Amino acid sequence: MIYNPSPIAVIIFLLFVGITVGLSFYLGKQAKSSEGYFAAHGQIPWFVNGIAFAGDYLSAASFLGICGMIAFYGYDGFLYSIGYLAGWIVALFVVAEPMKQLGKFTFADALNSKFDSRGIKLAAGISTLAVSVFYLIPQMVGAGVLVQPLLGLPHWAGVVIVGAVVIVIVVTAGMMSTTWVQFLKGSLLVIFSTVLTVMILERGFEAKPGVDQVQTVTKTADGQTLINGLPKGTGAGDTSLTPVGHISKLPAGASNTGPLGPLDFLRTLRKSEVILWSSEKITADDGSVTTTYTPKPTPGSEVLRPGEHPKFKGIRGDNLLAKFNFLSLMLALFCGTASLPHILIRYYTVKDAAAARKSTIVGIGCIGFFYVLTLYLGLGAMTSGAMDITNSNMAAPLLALSMSELLFAIISAIAFTTVLGTVSGLILASAGAVAHDLVGSFTSVELTDHEQVRIAKIASVVVGVIAIVLGILFQEMNVSYLVGWAFSVAASANLPALVMLLFWKGTTKQGIIAAIIVGMTSSLGWILLSADTYSKVYGWPASEAIVPFSQPGIVTIPLGFVTLVLVSLMTSKE
Amino acid sequence: MNSRNSRIGMALFAVYLLLYGGFVLLNTFSPTTMEATPIEGINVAIIYGFGLIVSAFVLALLYGLLCTKEGDEQ
Repeated sequence: MIYNPSPIAVIIFLLFVGITVGLSFYLGKQAKSSEGYFAAHGQIPWFVNGIAFAGDYLSAASFLGICGMIAFYGYDGFLYSIGYLAGWIVALFVVAEPMKQLGKFTFADALNSKFDSRGIKLAAGISTLAVSVFYLIPQMVGAGVLVQPLLGLPHWAGVVIVGAVVIVIVVTAGMMSTTWVQFLKGSLLVIFSTVLTVMILERGFEAKPGVDQVQTVTKTADGQTLINGLPKGTGAGDTSLTPVGHISKLPAGASNTGPLGPLDFLRTLRKSEVILWSSEKITADDGSVTTTYTPKPTPGSEVLRPGEHPKFKGIRGDNLLAKFNFLSLMLALFCGTASLPHILIRYYTVKDAAAARKSTIVGIGCIGFFYVLTLYLGLGAMTSGAMDITNSNMAAPLLALSMSELLFAIISAIAFTTVLGTVSGLILASAGAVAHDLVGSFTSVELTDHEQVRIAKIASVVVGVIAIVLGILFQEMNVSYLVGWAFSVAASANLPALVMLLFWKGTTKQGIIAAIIVGMTSSLGWILLSADTYSKVYGWPASEAIVPFSQPGIVTIPLGFVTLVLVSLMTSKE
Repeated sequence: MNSRNSRIGMALFAVYLLLYGGFVLLNTFSPTTMEATPIEGINVAIIYGFGLIVSAFVLALLYGLLCTKEGDEQ
């Protein structure tokens, strides 16, 4: 599709960026000490921190990725919503309060509270960096995807803008500005998603009978793009893709439902027929690649059941390995949240364990409510008639466009701020890991407060630049795919060490170090040797992959626990 | 980790683990069950899914109410 950047979108976007940067400079004065820089003096009110949790967590993958997946495949995207939220139960009941009581600035602090070991600092610091960088890549790619249609800028420009703004936010005021940016973003995201959902229900469904045409996109060997065989453009003789996504049959042959209640909406959809699209890619002898999009009338009852997305099809078959792959993903989502470094550091911004608990409860309420909305947003987008069949990430903004241009501008600007909030949290977590953990593990000299903050600021700039470069290099990668990597690595490397430290007295420092290293390398190795990576990253046949299924969690999370127990038993002094 | 609060946390965690585990296993080994529409034309996939999100919040609130300041001291 061809997008025309609207002036309103540009103005609202600049307004958002201006407010966030201004806020950072205003708060910068209060964040001179390390206490202020890394943990906002532990003085953030619990309610604000709770909403900031939502701002931190509801990344581009949640907002753009899940809505897009539901819009294109139905219920399956909602499985991610459920898994992402379930992870918060682990965070609240198992991790929150001990993290607050044991640590000071970073995840490594909590692990190291009993031992004072440089090895633990080093291992935990490296795993924090690895997970954060993995999580950063999809956020940056998402930023690039967003600015193309919104502002008419190329992909790299979006990545550079996000990188630059985030570096300013993090360098000026650290956790102080990061928290308030996330609070702002979290509230706006939930409020405007609610507005969109209400509008979807008000609009109801409309049936548009008739058959859609097959559409093709051809990338010729000399770099031209052809749509249905004609050049892509807006001039004479040019063409562009038709927006898609509608209901072909409503129950009892109705043509229009009028406003619907939340349950009526789902009930009506289940009895309707929706046009979904399947795609197929063929490379011709002359080197041109043609993707053919075919309309596929689908009963609503199939749209609302699990197992339609290619990734989840396995659960409908008899292949046990495919079923394990699904179990493994759902396990990684469950265990991953409570192991994400940028979530964990948010426990140090409140004053005590009770505040940590209360802010998590607020976070769960806010995030859970948003995830309920994702189902309506996704299904609303699916039937909005405004979808771009080549880009599922644009489903939520395009849904807004089908309502009004102003709403489109606001939703897009919020989506962009979404990336800003999450990226600043990640960069701050990485900077903390470098300044507090890695430097501390190499030198026994205690750094002064001022030096720590300075190193953290330099580290933020370096990590920010690395994120910009990776965001440009990986621009072809699927956003939600990369987020899955980050969850698996986080859960495998961090969770066993954290849980066993809390619940098993026999845990030794060697056990913790070994569990982090084994969990991290085994999950990374598994991902690099999996069928998904073979076909999507290296371009090799998926059938040659060495590991039996793509998601590592179900193997590597238990492996981390076993490693910790064995090494601890071998190194225990008794 | 034997404080009163953490014992409450563990109990509630176990409850949620059963609910979530049930959901995942049902999806994996009996996906057709998810298509059934036991209540008001809404299928099990959506009822159970919404149920998990709501129960996460309810358990979280319950935890917040049951925990005490004294329970934080170990």
